[in-house]
Amino acid sequence: MCLAIPGQIQRIADDELRTGTVSFAGVTKEVCLALVPEALVGDYVIVHVGFAISKVDEQAAKESILLIEQLSSGQTDESPSS
Amino acid sequence: MKYVDEYRDPKAVETLSKEIHHITRHPWTIMEVCGGQTHSIVKYGLDRLLPPEVTLIHGPGCPVCVTPIELIDTACELAKLPEVILCSFGDMLRVPGTHEDLLRVKAQGGDVRIIYSPLDAVAIAQANPSSQIVIFAVGFETTAPAQAMAIIQAQRLKLQNFFVLVAHVLVPPAMEALLSSPENRIQGFLAAGHVCTIMGYEMYEPITQKYHVPLVVTGFEPVDILEGVKMVVHQLEEGCAIVENQYARSVHRCGNVEAQRIIDDVFEPASRNWRGIGSIPNSGLKLRPAFARFDALQHFHDRIHLTEATTSPSSQCESGRILQGLMKPSDCSAFGTRCTPDHPLGAPMVSSEGACAAYYRYRPESIAKI
Repeated sequence: MCLAIPGQIQRIADDELRTGTVSFAGVTKEVCLALVPEALVGDYVIVHVGFAISKVDEQAAKESILLIEQLSSGQTDESPSS
Repeated sequence: MKYVDEYRDPKAVETLSKEIHHITRHPWTIMEVCGGQTHSIVKYGLDRLLPPEVTLIHGPGCPVCVTPIELIDTACELAKLPEVILCSFGDMLRVPGTHEDLLRVKAQGGDVRIIYSPLDAVAIAQANPSSQIVIFAVGFETTAPAQAMAIIQAQRLKLQNFFVLVAHVLVPPAMEALLSSPENRIQGFLAAGHVCTIMGYEMYEPITQKYHVPLVVTGFEPVDILEGVKMVVHQLEEGCAIVENQYARSVHRCGNVEAQRIIDDVFEPASRNWRGIGSIPNSGLKLRPAFARFDALQHFHDRIHLTEATTSPSSQCESGRILQGLMKPSDCSAFGTRCTPDHPLGAPMVSSEGACAAYYRYRPESIAKI
C-alpha cells in the first residue's frame, strides 16, 4: 500500500496539479508533482499512487552507498589476517 | 533502475550481513513496521542472513489488513447501490467482509472499479455525471496527501457526485499501542520509510525516550533493510534508544511539509477501529467539517445498513496476533490449509503487503503438509 518507486522527471506541465511525465526505467507515466514544488526536469522523485512524495536527495544516496563500499573494503582488508 | 539496483547489490547485502554478525552479542527482537518491508524481507530471505540472536517480527503496517470489517461491509453495501461506482485500490477487493467481499459484489453486478491513483476516481466522476462516485480511501500517512489532493481537486472542479469512504489510519499511535501492551516484546523498530517521507520523524523521539526503544527510519530494498537492522542492533548493543534515519535519500527530519499541510487542510485525527487489534485513540483520519459534503457515510446514511464494530474477522483467523507481531503466519494452524489466497480467512492473506501473503508466496515450505 505504501509502495513507492523512483523515477526521473522528463516534462512538467503548467497546470494546477503540476502534472509531470516521469520515466520509470523507460516506462513513462503522468504523475502529480504538486507535493514536490522543488523538483525540476531531470530530478528523480519517489512516486506513490500517482503522486511524487519526495525528491531523491542525490547527495544522501551517494553517501550511503559510499559508506557501504568502505565497510566492504574494510572487511576485505580484515580477512587476510583473520 | 537508478536508486533501486544499487540497493539490491548482492555484495552490499553480504557486507551488511557480515557486519550485523560481527556486532551482535545479545538476543534482540526487532519489528519492521511496514508490510512493504515484510515482503522484501521474506522475498529476499533477509531474515536468513541475520545471526540467530536477531529476530525480525512483522508489524501492523498494512492498511488493507487493518481496515475494520464494518468498513468493508459498508463499502460492499455502497457498491450494491445502482447509482454508485465504487473506486478502490485492487488490494481491497478480496478482503473478506462479514458475508462477502467487493469482488463478489462486482461479480453480482455492482460497479466496482480498481484505481491506481485517487485522481483516477476524480476522472471517473467527471466522465460519469449521472453516477455517484465513492472512493474507498484506505491507507497510511503515505497515501493521505494523495487522497486529500483528490478531494481538493473535486472541489475545484465543483463535482457534486464525488464522495469518500474514509478508512485512513496513522502509524505512531499504533506503534505506541503495541509498546504499551503487556505482551510487548519489541526491542527496536524499523520505521516505515514512506510514512516518514511524508510526516518526518520528530514525532517518534518521545516514543523512543518513553519506552527506551531504538527506532531507525528504513527504506524498502534489501540494502536499506539490512542497514536499518545494523543501525538498530548497534544502538541496542550500546544501550542507546534514539531515532536515526537510514532512508535519507527520501526522508527529511521534518518530512514533506507541503503534503502535511494538505492532509491537515482536509482531515483531522479521529479514533479508529483496527481490524484484529481494536480501537486506538487518534489513530485514524476523518474529514474536517469544511469537507463534510464529501463524506460518503453522511451522504448515503439512509441508503445503507451499518454493521456494528467488531474486531474479530473470523474465529479461525489469527490476523490480530500476526499484525501485532505476536505470532508468525506459519504459526497459524489455518495457514495454507483452511486459509489460502483463493479462500482467505483474513486480510493479511490477500493484501500485497500482508504477512500471510508474503509467507504463502515466498515460503511454500512453511505450509503445513496435510
